[in-house]
Amino acid sequence: MKKLQKADYIKMYSFMLKIRRFEERAAQLYGMGKIGGFCHLYIGQEAVVVGILMTIDKNDSVVTTYRDHGHMIARGLDPKRIMAELTGREDGYSAGKGGSMHMFSKENNFYGGHGIVGAQVPIGTGIAFTHKYNGEKNICRTYIGDGAMNNGQVFEAFNLAALWKLPVLYIIENNKYGMGTSVDRAAAGLDLYKRGEAFGIPGEKVDGMNVFSVIEAADKAGKYVREGNGPYIIEVQTYRYRGHSMSDPAKYRTKEELDNYKQTDPIEIVKAEILKKKIATNDEIEKINKDTLEEIKNAAEFATNSPFPKDSELYTDVYL
Amino acid sequence: MPALSPTMTEGNLSKWLIKKGDTVKAGDLIAEIETDKATMEVEAVDEGVVLDLLFKEGEANIPVNKVIAIIGDPNEKVEVKKEAPVEKVIEEKKIEKNIETKIETKKDNIIDTPSPKIEKDTNLSSEEITMRQALRDTMAEEMRKDNKVFILGEEVAEYQGAYKVTQGLLQEFGKQRVLDTPISEHGFTGLAVGAAFKGLRPILEFMTFNFSMQAIDQIINSAAKTLYMSGGQINCPIVFRGPNGAAAQVAAQHSQDFSSWYSQVPGLKVIAPSTPYNAKGLLRSAISDPNPVIFLENEILYGLKGPVNNDINFSIPIGKANIEKEGKDLTIVTYSIMLQKSKEAALRLKEEYDLDIEIIDLQTLRPLDTETILNSVKKTNRLITVEESWPFGSVGSEIANIVQRDAFDYLDSPVIKVNSADVPMPYALSLEKLYLPQVDDIINAAKKVSYIK
Repeated sequence: MKKLQKADYIKMYSFMLKIRRFEERAAQLYGMGKIGGFCHLYIGQEAVVVGILMTIDKNDSVVTTYRDHGHMIARGLDPKRIMAELTGREDGYSAGKGGSMHMFSKENNFYGGHGIVGAQVPIGTGIAFTHKYNGEKNICRTYIGDGAMNNGQVFEAFNLAALWKLPVLYIIENNKYGMGTSVDRAAAGLDLYKRGEAFGIPGEKVDGMNVFSVIEAADKAGKYVREGNGPYIIEVQTYRYRGHSMSDPAKYRTKEELDNYKQTDPIEIVKAEILKKKIATNDEIEKINKDTLEEIKNAAEFATNSPFPKDSELYTDVYL
Repeated sequence: MPALSPTMTEGNLSKWLIKKGDTVKAGDLIAEIETDKATMEVEAVDEGVVLDLLFKEGEANIPVNKVIAIIGDPNEKVEVKKEAPVEKVIEEKKIEKNIETKIETKKDNIIDTPSPKIEKDTNLSSEEITMRQALRDTMAEEMRKDNKVFILGEEVAEYQGAYKVTQGLLQEFGKQRVLDTPISEHGFTGLAVGAAFKGLRPILEFMTFNFSMQAIDQIINSAAKTLYMSGGQINCPIVFRGPNGAAAQVAAQHSQDFSSWYSQVPGLKVIAPSTPYNAKGLLRSAISDPNPVIFLENEILYGLKGPVNNDINFSIPIGKANIEKEGKDLTIVTYSIMLQKSKEAALRLKEEYDLDIEIIDLQTLRPLDTETILNSVKKTNRLITVEESWPFGSVGSEIANIVQRDAFDYLDSPVIKVNSADVPMPYALSLEKLYLPQVDDIINAAKKVSYIK
């Protein structure tokens, strides 16, 4: 893989931080009643999507689960419009009709944001089918939660992807819990990356708290898929600091477990590396911190001032 | 002539694998028979010498149960009851066997009295083709026009379609565009929906719509809702098609009608053709439509023949009902296979009770052409709906609601719905007949709304 440049380190740090600050602000707005419904935060998992981002081609497609805010930010989408979708306003990416779980940006090849566990997996496989059908060299990155790995359609999709050699990279974000049920209480066999073996799909397990490990694995896997070898599975071991959604107090796990993961905080790892390699000074990092906080504050401001969708919008976008 | 499929009423003798004088054992192959679905080999079940072959190779439309060969002991004086008794058996079978027989026998009525709209079509073909040919031709025409159109489903390619609807498509378009899928509805439906999000135009064949229940989450939660959830960004130009409703004696799990299920969902369009003519025009509209379309065919109608419009741009707009027959006394609103039964009922109602029936063939169930229905009711003042689905919350229920709301003062009697029985479909022939709406049920409903004792 190509050597990471100084700018890459800064980019990684900035994106991860932006996701963290965004989610914290979203939690605050939720608490204030500005965001409703379900709201699933990505705090703790930032290295996964940002690591993948570093190996991405802008014409590649992405599809993910309902824990999608961080994915959109990593895709380079505007935090203002993401937040405006969370607040259900007309400037949101789905014009206020999708909400936190259902956000899309076709022009950026971001195909959601899917609220049904597992449903995005055949869909991502179909997007990959289209890349191949059209003779494009692009791939579709399809994210899967650990909970979905016990869902039948996932294996139907694996079978089809392997059978038709589709350019799809499956990324299992294993954050240890499907809602409140830990993986070992849900999955018979804890090596989720091996679940493609029967279909001949190679897989590997990666430390998802460390962005550098993610980049290395994603780079290798991405090349494999792009070269027409068919699908590939990366299982990224990660952890969400917050509950499943805003309404989850996460009583099913211990404080020690959480604190333990916080010791390997993905953002701190990058920061330490930047300082060690003298890529930026402490002051420069502080400036990034301040700018990020400001950007997200503005996003929240924008999202709470954007108008609600017009009543007449109720009946639009049902049919094209 | 053996019955080799649930809907087979006659077969073509493709090839004899034996000749007169041959000795055959049980299990030996004796002939190749072409059914409504495929060409199949037939085995002997008894031992003996081939005494006679009663049909030549290539002879077509031999009714099920007709004696085609005689195998016996040449030394024994076999009394061969050739024609008369056999015919009798066939007659009995024909009456009871299945609905297709009935439709075949009434076909002349259908073709002799095309709807006013079809009669006016100056482009009407002189040749009559089957519904399955009409569907196949339309898919092929659209695939020639647009490289983004492709078809996937179980047995659509090498097998040539479980009901031969995709016959020849693999040969013309290749395996990149005609894809056999594993038996994996949930997976391949999601895949096709993803492909449509990304800009392709899949035609997805369900071997039957019964199996669409395996995939219904992807149809409703993904295909139907994403345009709305994405604020208008991501549309899903896909056609889900295949046979819907009862075939013949395939029992509860393979005989379900999904018309009202799918018609309930905003974001879907739902079409149910009844003739080769409208199948062609409607399927073209479905494939060209930028939205997900549920296209409900009927297995028993696949063999129905009729004229079509062969213009490769001929289409029938989605959302427009067809006044199949004009009348002044009573309106029957129906769709799909029940159109044929309604027409049969209308003939008898005219003959026996001098009732002049107006028949509306919905063609599209969603969006529903309420204007045509209301205008008709305002003229006839009486309405019955006829459909194969279960009664609770059926398409007819919604029509009854609309009519009582918007044409209450025009009604001279309550609206009556004719549906299938409110039970799972039974297997037994006798019960199956009771389950499905029959011509007599329609006649009884018509009498009731006309206050005829």
